[in-house]
Amino acid sequence: MPADGGIGAANKRREDVRFLTGKGNYTDDINVRGQAYVVFLRSQVANGVLNSVDTSAAAEMPGVLRIFTGADFVEVGGVPCGWCVTDRHGEPMQEPKHPVLADGKVRYVGDAIAAVVAETEAQARNAAEMIELDIDELPAVVDMKAALIDGSPKVHEELTSNLCYDWGFVEENKGAVEQAMQDAAHVTTLELVNNRLVANPMEPRVAIGDYDAAAGDSTLYTTTQNPHVIRLLMGAFVLGIPEHKLRVIAPDVGGGFGSKIFHYAEEALCTFAAKALNRPVKWTCQRSESFITDAHGRDHVTKIELALDADNNFTAVRTDTHANMGAYLSTFAPSVPTWLHGTLMAGNYKTPVIYVNVKAVFTNTVPVDAYRGAGRPEASYQLERVIDKAARELGVDAIALRRQNFITEFPYATPVAVEYDTGDYNATMDKMIEISDLAGFEARRAESAKKGLLRGLGVNCYIEACGIAPSNLAGQLGARAGLYESATVRVNATGGLVVMTGSHSHGQGHETSFPQVVADMIGIDPAMIEIVHGDTARTPMGMGTYGSRSLAVGGSAIVRATEKIIAKAKKIAAHLMEAADGDIELKDGTFSVAGTDKSVAWGDVTLAAYVPHNYPLEDIEPGLEETAFYDPANFTYPSGAYSCEVEVDPDTGKVTICKFSAADDFGNIVNPMIVDGQVHGGIGQGIGQALLEHAIYDDDGQLVNGSYMDYAMPRADDMPFFSVDHSCQTPCTHNPLGVKGCGEAGAIGSPPAVVNAVVDALQRAGHDVTHIDMPLSPNRVWSAMNKA
Amino acid sequence: MPQVEMTVNGKAVSAKAKGNTLLSEFLREGLGMTGTHVGCDTGQCGVCVVHVDGLPVKSCNMFAAEAEGAEVTTIEGMANEDGTLGVIQQAFQDNHGLQCGFCTPGMVMSAASLLAENPKPTEAEIRAHLSGNLCRCTGYHNIIKSILAASGQDAQGAV
Repeated sequence: MPADGGIGAANKRREDVRFLTGKGNYTDDINVRGQAYVVFLRSQVANGVLNSVDTSAAAEMPGVLRIFTGADFVEVGGVPCGWCVTDRHGEPMQEPKHPVLADGKVRYVGDAIAAVVAETEAQARNAAEMIELDIDELPAVVDMKAALIDGSPKVHEELTSNLCYDWGFVEENKGAVEQAMQDAAHVTTLELVNNRLVANPMEPRVAIGDYDAAAGDSTLYTTTQNPHVIRLLMGAFVLGIPEHKLRVIAPDVGGGFGSKIFHYAEEALCTFAAKALNRPVKWTCQRSESFITDAHGRDHVTKIELALDADNNFTAVRTDTHANMGAYLSTFAPSVPTWLHGTLMAGNYKTPVIYVNVKAVFTNTVPVDAYRGAGRPEASYQLERVIDKAARELGVDAIALRRQNFITEFPYATPVAVEYDTGDYNATMDKMIEISDLAGFEARRAESAKKGLLRGLGVNCYIEACGIAPSNLAGQLGARAGLYESATVRVNATGGLVVMTGSHSHGQGHETSFPQVVADMIGIDPAMIEIVHGDTARTPMGMGTYGSRSLAVGGSAIVRATEKIIAKAKKIAAHLMEAADGDIELKDGTFSVAGTDKSVAWGDVTLAAYVPHNYPLEDIEPGLEETAFYDPANFTYPSGAYSCEVEVDPDTGKVTICKFSAADDFGNIVNPMIVDGQVHGGIGQGIGQALLEHAIYDDDGQLVNGSYMDYAMPRADDMPFFSVDHSCQTPCTHNPLGVKGCGEAGAIGSPPAVVNAVVDALQRAGHDVTHIDMPLSPNRVWSAMNKA
Repeated sequence: MPQVEMTVNGKAVSAKAKGNTLLSEFLREGLGMTGTHVGCDTGQCGVCVVHVDGLPVKSCNMFAAEAEGAEVTTIEGMANEDGTLGVIQQAFQDNHGLQCGFCTPGMVMSAASLLAENPKPTEAEIRAHLSGNLCRCTGYHNIIKSILAASGQDAQGAV
């Protein structure tokens, strides 16, 4: 049976039926009887002293139940940060308090000042407009480098400066890198911007707080990627509610891409207000509000230097990055430019020494945190761009230069503290060359030229680190959470299974792919297996879904729990067949005694477990339910080679993506259809970053393109069909599935391919353009071509 | 509040609506039909597309009162009578044309309106037709494939 339904099968997604018929259950689809509505009054200035919030007129408005301000939260904890980075000098980062509602100061446009709860949303909105604010506006700090100049206005007065931390990695290598730069035959330098993005899942955030006064229990329905993390952060650090009195439910969630990992103040407010009012309280974020409250992504400014010897071997890499934190530290913000970025600066290459310096900076902007790839796209982009530039400066082939420097022996310990377990970078490069028909590029270029268009080819590699782990190492690096995953496998008496996972699906198709794993192990139809996720009351404590970790970590927990199930089931089968435990084999859902024709079916064993009349009660307990917590030994390291062909219109600077090819190594594959889809989506977001998207602040700290009217989301006609391939497979050596994770690859690998292609198109046309910052808008491309 | 009447997915319905109640709000809150989603507040994202008298409409950009007496079709009305997935819905499942599912109702309704007027659209025509429908999950690749498949065409060039 599992031959066409287990690991490796392109099973159609079972969750699609409800999504395609309007039967999904997203948070905004939930209405709790008696609910009231909350609307937030937000700061319209980026920096200011909040002298007073006069709610007296607003409180008299129709339908208003209660208005909360910062004063209501003075006794309550702030929104916590989940990662503490230690700086170059061994000091912890500067960590300002993040109040639920602004307390004496507003620090970015969108900072919540008051929350109005009313019978209807319209009444709450009308009342919010009646709140009188007395704010002394201060100059805004927007530019990161200006923010670090002495005398710059401070985002947080209680801090010594706007510098969150100055991180050096590996600090002990600093001198060796300096020496290598001096000794190099050639050093290529590139300064670039990794543009600020807004994650923009299509479902805006929603939170509903509910309170059961009789039991004293709080429930929060919320659009999160990790309900247990929210329960822990909000319960323990903000509101002081113990976990057994707090339930967090994340039902169907309409995309996350990182922005729904974090604990947001609105979640705490709704939970707090529901108890205070003894009524359910619902908040639905409007899109224009999500632009100024969802954590943004990227926003790095980097100088990278690549040193090469006379034979074009890479001898050192040095980077100097400013990373924007925004006005407050979002949940995992400090980890993104450091441990998720610096550790990837070796890329696919055997550079012997590397030094990464990152200055994280507070500004009067929306907090910045993980967005699909989180640190790794920034690492790949700068490295693959500087290699491309180096190849051009040296007059060597960009693919050959990469191949010459590839890591080819595994395991490989990089100079930036990680150990790659497996990979085959030449194989993915070969595959990319094949699927992209690189040999036909010149002919296609000639065709483009006939139309008056400039065709260019961009190639790059990437490596990422997924399934962030292990917990004890992450703890040493500053994580304030564990990074395991959990699963409970409950076998029912008649043989069906329920798998309760700490992972959360918000588009990844876990309800389809996870049963494939269990079905394969037991030898039963995946339709007998149900996945439960997204509810802290129904699943074991898990860390949720981000960092391409669900299958590698969550799937491994499911494997471990299923192994326990099988081990116990074999004992029961042995008893039923009067054989020794060690002689029992399980194949295609049937237990047999090796070397005999004795067998019992899966269902016979599961029934015996719950109707234990003929059962080894003296040895084992009745029932068939097991839990496993899996804490991985290492990251996983997917890698790949990507190529992009573009046409540039020389009259307008408009870039069209003609062809995009991705050859990835994700290790073993459970559902190839879902993997293809994950790569497509990542490439779509990467092309969006490269050509279209950019969250722009003016000098006053106003987000000038905070709507879909102005922020250029990629649309269907911005994309070609993609060629994706994942047939190169070097299985992960340290998880039981041999899987690596595929969720972020597309977003990591695609931006450098696009930019390399555009620079190539312009160079081939005789323009001395070595770099253009993303997004490569027609204006930027045309200006680069036509610079004086 | 006045009562607004219309036909939704072939059934006569009636619910209270203020003058400024949006059609999307009427469907979701008034009728409890939450298959139609709302993804933005500027009429740009297209997740709320429904058909009004056979034409695709962003239901967040139309007052419920404007649809008084109209024939409205939503995602809930796109399955076959026996409850199985309709041709377009089935093509989306077969081609993995959805991930998180949030934009999907609008995509299916826009696809239906395209195929009603152009039963064999080219890839470029499909992409152009979807310019008012945002998806953040799929890179559009499998959505285009799904619509080509629903129109009985191979997705040439799509791997």
